[in-house]
Amino acid sequence: MSTPPPRSRPLAHATAVTEAALTGADREALAGRSLWQDAWRRLRRNRAAMASLILLGLIVLAAIFGPMISPYDYYTPQWTLLNQWPTLAGGHILGTDNLGRDELVRVLWGCRISLMIGLVASVVSLSIGVLWGTTAGYVGGWVDSLMMRIVDILYSVPFIPFVIVLLVLFGRELILIFVAIGAVSWLDIARIVRGQTLTLKKREFVEAARASGVGGFAIIRRHLIPNLLGIVVIYITLTIPSLILFEAFLSFLGLGVQAPMTSLGVLVSDGVADLQSFPYLLIVPSAFLAVIIYCFNYLGDGLRDALDPKDR
Amino acid sequence: MTEPLLQVRDLNVRFTTHDGTVQAVTAVDLDVAPGEFTGIVGESGSGKSQFLLSLLGLLANNGSTTGSVRYRHQELLNAKESVLQQIRGRRIGMVFQDPMTALNPHLSIGRQLTEGLRHHLKLNRRDATRRAIDMLKAVQLTDAERRLSQYPHELSGGMRQRVTIAMALICEPDLILADEPTTALDVTVQAQILGLLRELRSRFGTAVILVTHDLGVLAQVADRVAVMYAGRIVEAGTLDDVFYRPRHPYTEGLQHAIPRLDRDRTQRLPTIPGAPPDLSRLPPGCAFAPRCAYRMSRCETEIPPLDLVDPGVESGHRKACFHQGALGKLATEHKA
Amino acid sequence: MSAPLLSVRDLRVDFDLGRDGLFGPRRILQAVAGVSFDLAAGETLGIVGESGCGKSTLARAILRLVPASGGSVNFDGTDLLALSAAKMREQRRHLQIIFQDPLASLDPRMTVREIIEEPLRALLPQIPKFERHDRVRAMMQRVGLLPQQINRYAHEFSGGQAQRIGIARALVVKPKLIVCDEPVSSLDVSIKSQIINLLQDLQQEMSLSLLFIAHDLASVRHISHRVLVLYLGRVMELADRDALYTNPRHPYTRALLAAAPDLDPQRARAQPMEPLEGEPPSPINPPSGCVFRTRCPFAIDRCATEVPRLREVGRSHVACHKAEEIFELCAKVAPE
Repeated sequence: MSTPPPRSRPLAHATAVTEAALTGADREALAGRSLWQDAWRRLRRNRAAMASLILLGLIVLAAIFGPMISPYDYYTPQWTLLNQWPTLAGGHILGTDNLGRDELVRVLWGCRISLMIGLVASVVSLSIGVLWGTTAGYVGGWVDSLMMRIVDILYSVPFIPFVIVLLVLFGRELILIFVAIGAVSWLDIARIVRGQTLTLKKREFVEAARASGVGGFAIIRRHLIPNLLGIVVIYITLTIPSLILFEAFLSFLGLGVQAPMTSLGVLVSDGVADLQSFPYLLIVPSAFLAVIIYCFNYLGDGLRDALDPKDR
Repeated sequence: MTEPLLQVRDLNVRFTTHDGTVQAVTAVDLDVAPGEFTGIVGESGSGKSQFLLSLLGLLANNGSTTGSVRYRHQELLNAKESVLQQIRGRRIGMVFQDPMTALNPHLSIGRQLTEGLRHHLKLNRRDATRRAIDMLKAVQLTDAERRLSQYPHELSGGMRQRVTIAMALICEPDLILADEPTTALDVTVQAQILGLLRELRSRFGTAVILVTHDLGVLAQVADRVAVMYAGRIVEAGTLDDVFYRPRHPYTEGLQHAIPRLDRDRTQRLPTIPGAPPDLSRLPPGCAFAPRCAYRMSRCETEIPPLDLVDPGVESGHRKACFHQGALGKLATEHKA
Repeated sequence: MSAPLLSVRDLRVDFDLGRDGLFGPRRILQAVAGVSFDLAAGETLGIVGESGCGKSTLARAILRLVPASGGSVNFDGTDLLALSAAKMREQRRHLQIIFQDPLASLDPRMTVREIIEEPLRALLPQIPKFERHDRVRAMMQRVGLLPQQINRYAHEFSGGQAQRIGIARALVVKPKLIVCDEPVSSLDVSIKSQIINLLQDLQQEMSLSLLFIAHDLASVRHISHRVLVLYLGRVMELADRDALYTNPRHPYTRALLAAAPDLDPQRARAQPMEPLEGEPPSPINPPSGCVFRTRCPFAIDRCATEVPRLREVGRSHVACHKAEEIFELCAKVAPE
């Protein structure tokens, strides 16, 4: 008698399992199909999401390797080649900026910085937010109230002046920008995670874990966080764009990365100045920015659909 | 022989999903006479609920149907939505397992009861209200006038179910479809509702098709019973025929595998080994064969047709099984 | 007579619902209002009642999954309610639970292996990994799961199999007592009997004590040695199984038994249903005296003023002022 073939439907697939008849025909353990695998399969069917994923991948690769292989760098001015329009014939494919620097390299560098900011800020906010939210949600009581009141108070701190003060006090270090953005955006995640934790905590499998003698932290680590990751991942993909935009906004105010280092925001800001005469200086970085944001949005939507637990 | 109220022929319901096609209901024939109470019993995956929903075109978007459902000479299957809307509520009423499926939490009970009356029967407000009060009294709700202004959340589960029954009956339909109406209720409330259904049926003469997984419910109220397994009817007949003279091994198994108050306790409950099959991967031949104590080699390759129990004797008792003669393996093992 | 394994005395669980408005009275929901019983080693106590009777809360309070508001739970000589959290954890080794909804009680992100070994890792951490693995495999086989399934995820199983996983998880630490919170209520009919048989077998093999909570009287009768009937958080009757089912003495027990659907159609037709009227009262504002009096056909004045104590009447313990008269009355009308 053969073992039941792996099923893709959640209904019974082990036929005729009687209490007595257990054959030893195939002793190898069958691989299970985790919910993540299910989600991945669903995501793969979503064309917009997959296209976004691939496109983002290409941009990331270009951002990493592009500046390495290009003969130009992002900071050396070339006084003889100021404001060259984009040409396909040799040299500067996307033209040069007002200091004669290759626009393509600068845009790729800009992508690098913007994506790094999005990523690092997300990781920072994720780490703080998830720990904060799960602890508040799981422990409950006055601890929960206290922790969430702190969040509320921090929420009320006017964000932009706060970042400005940080930057003025500590200088416009790149690291500081990452940290400043991340340190403020953890508040949202903490709230969301706390809400999810409150719901999850009432689920029966958490109760079962308590009955099995599993302690508080282990429950958070083993049961709550894995079941939260779905929501968290979706949230991250949808907030990375807003973090990138926020950095762009800071750059617009002149508080972003220091020249000659650049980000997409800085490039856009510079491009606005020359809009009349050299529109490509605005269009190119804006286009990249827009594509990145759209891709993250489609990906986030796709992830939300893929991870939707009601698809059973 | 009276004209059947509802005639179902060769009904098939299919769902297309990412993982393939699921055949939820296969080749179902059913006749319902006016005033007749038909019970359909089956477990999860038997297709009983999908069958009921398909009669009024209430399946999910990825479902498709073939076959014929004739209500008084009118074809309902795949009919236009406008046609179905005329039928639903007015000629065929529905009662669901969860009363909150039918009840709008934001509208008062009175409003929801009278809505159907004013839409279908074009009654004015006063007549509709009077009818609503009569109906609430008929379903044994106390304080009928006061209930009209109450909202669903103010009532208990049993009371809400009574309201949905009132809503289903209020336009005096010929037929009520009930999908597990008492499953979510306590046993004492279930007894009340079953008693109510019996009384309403004799008072209004409405035919009923009641779908359930609980044989005991049918024993209280049904005239005829159809047993479904893996999307097909495997046995059908009068209540007494199916309960006292089951001819399909699944029916026999069900009756014995349930702990029963009316039988002596046995040390070990008889069981039906195995589990209901996966509808997307049905075996060739009889779907029950893997679990059947009477199976023969023929059962694994051919699907038995639903035929008369005793060929030549038109008793209305049908079974889909190749085994001839009475069953009895399970009965002899345990005291009846 | 050896001391009972579990001795519950006057257990209370109250839920604080906050004030009614800013200055209104504090609303307390008495989910469990003074329950006492004993459970011997190797014995099964069935706990029956309808929704809202507090049986699930009672089960969780005994295991300290829900805080108790009063009373004592004496397990093997120790009062569980008086223990610190750390000491209670040590006791959990001997007290396990099986839940009603098998798929909800299993973490969807964990494999079968991880689920079943979790209690071992938490409560018996000294057991080395390979022995743990052996125990998990052995337990899987014992409950009827194929060992090859060990890396599968919970959602890949049917309800019945998922419940087997839950049973394996509860048993892997070899406890003395298992609380079964409606373990077969959400399973298909043909699977119920498999699981009930399994529980009975395991009880005999491992000398388990079981608290079997259910609303289905027939299942309880099959598996229990003694039965406790709960209504609105209070014990109505506590008796040996046979005594309860053949000579129910409390009006509520009689009503429950009468309401259970009879699987014999002829008998169902012969006996007109006289279901219990009304609905269970609110546990926030329970009636004075005997809480069942609002629905009791035998209620007298005394029932409103004096709470009936659980006293011995014949072979049962009953909380009813009129237990003896009722019994005489019913014995005359319908000799059992």
